[in-house]
Amino acid sequence: MPKMNLTHFEASLLFALFISVAMGLTTKKTAREQLIYGLYCFGCFLATLVGLAWLMKLGHG
Amino acid sequence: MAEKPEQQEKASAARPPLSKWLPAVLVGWLVPGGGHFLLKRKGRAAILFGAVLLCFLFGLLMRGAFFSPQTGDLFTTVIYCGGFVGNLASGILYLFTKWMGYAQPDVAGHVHDYGTKFLVAAGLINVLAMVDVYEIAIGKKS
Repeated sequence: MPKMNLTHFEASLLFALFISVAMGLTTKKTAREQLIYGLYCFGCFLATLVGLAWLMKLGHG
Repeated sequence: MAEKPEQQEKASAARPPLSKWLPAVLVGWLVPGGGHFLLKRKGRAAILFGAVLLCFLFGLLMRGAFFSPQTGDLFTTVIYCGGFVGNLASGILYLFTKWMGYAQPDVAGHVHDYGTKFLVAAGLINVLAMVDVYEIAIGKKS
């Protein structure tokens, strides 16, 4: 079985994608609401990812 | 005394019968998306199956490790027992992988670490799906 090598960013993006899809599908009723909530969750994951990355960069100097 | 049967009636009315939701939830645990399929939500079933399967496969490809239950201090117990429950929640994917002899040791490195988290996340997505199946089965959700 081949081993996959992903960067932190790629792995986090994939993780955010899977969780956002599941959150959108299971928490909202209509397809439109599911899509909007899924995109919202994905956006929140991305914002947190970029925010924490900057925080760590600034923290390390 | 006369209130007791009334209270019991109310409680049994509030609690849906097991036969209504248990088969769908069990199928949903064993085969991700299977509960939705059983309840004729085929589109949702396919997407959830895909999300759990892909998350699990990425975890395997990144050589993530499975948790085995360990007890000791509170932190160890929560991490290892919780991780084991998360792994087990993937249903047939976890059982089949273990049966095929996958036994990746927990080694250092960010890729392995992400793999371990992906394997647990696949199970947790399936838990979300099972809760959704339960709510659909009891009529709380369409």
